[in-house]
Amino acid sequence: MIPVSYFIGLSILLFILGVIAFFIKRDLITMFMAVEVMLNAANLAFIALAKAAGSPAGQVIVFFVITVAAAEAAVGLAIILLVFRQKKSIKAEDMRLMKG
Amino acid sequence: MGVFLFFLLAALCVGGVLGLILSKNQAHSALFLVLAFACLGGLFGLLDAPFIAAVQIIIYAGAIMVLFIFVIMMVNLEQGIAPDKKRWTLGLSAGLAIFLLIELALAVRGTLGALGRTGGESIGSPTELGRLLFTDYLYAFEITSVLIIAALVGAIVLVKKKAHE
Repeated sequence: MIPVSYFIGLSILLFILGVIAFFIKRDLITMFMAVEVMLNAANLAFIALAKAAGSPAGQVIVFFVITVAAAEAAVGLAIILLVFRQKKSIKAEDMRLMKG
Repeated sequence: MGVFLFFLLAALCVGGVLGLILSKNQAHSALFLVLAFACLGGLFGLLDAPFIAAVQIIIYAGAIMVLFIFVIMMVNLEQGIAPDKKRWTLGLSAGLAIFLLIELALAVRGTLGALGRTGGESIGSPTELGRLLFTDYLYAFEITSVLIIAALVGAIVLVKKKAHE
């Protein structure tokens, strides 16, 4: 069968790509999508380790992570819509209200 | 076979995230992310987690990404596909529709064929996950439901326009 290390390696790669995407993309929605990529990388690691440990507990954690991600997406996208209504822009450079 | 599937899905998944990074259009980014999440669902299936794989496809690639695409649609100020490009999109969508129809027909035929052989061994993972959710993780499960209600109310209150405006 496939070694668990392959899955962990893929998980690390996906997380790094998520971080890179978060920092090089300039609009809020794509940055938010990058956060979802990072969450999914963590999920992959959880499920790979659950398989390695032979226990379904890791899968239950992933279930909760997906639920929290759904709630986070609902609230986060509502906030993005609100920002768009006020600023008429979703570029990260335009959010500088708290910049010194 | 398993290793081949792993590398295929992993390459598609990484390619999807790279597409998210490289594409200029937000809607294309979202569709690339759907591809990546669908491939992750396949990887979960490889790891003996069929229920989580289904949840991944339905909730992540389905519900959450549809929410993203809705917001992109509401926020996006650019024009859509130019009218002169619409002809090949018509052909492409017709081809995809026929492909989906064939796939659906095959799936239905497979399901009908399998109807004669119910019983036998039980489905391991969903049963086991459900038992765990309602025993060991009961508190977490209930707190999650409170979280979802809070998120729902919060999202509605945030986006709702004020009555006096």
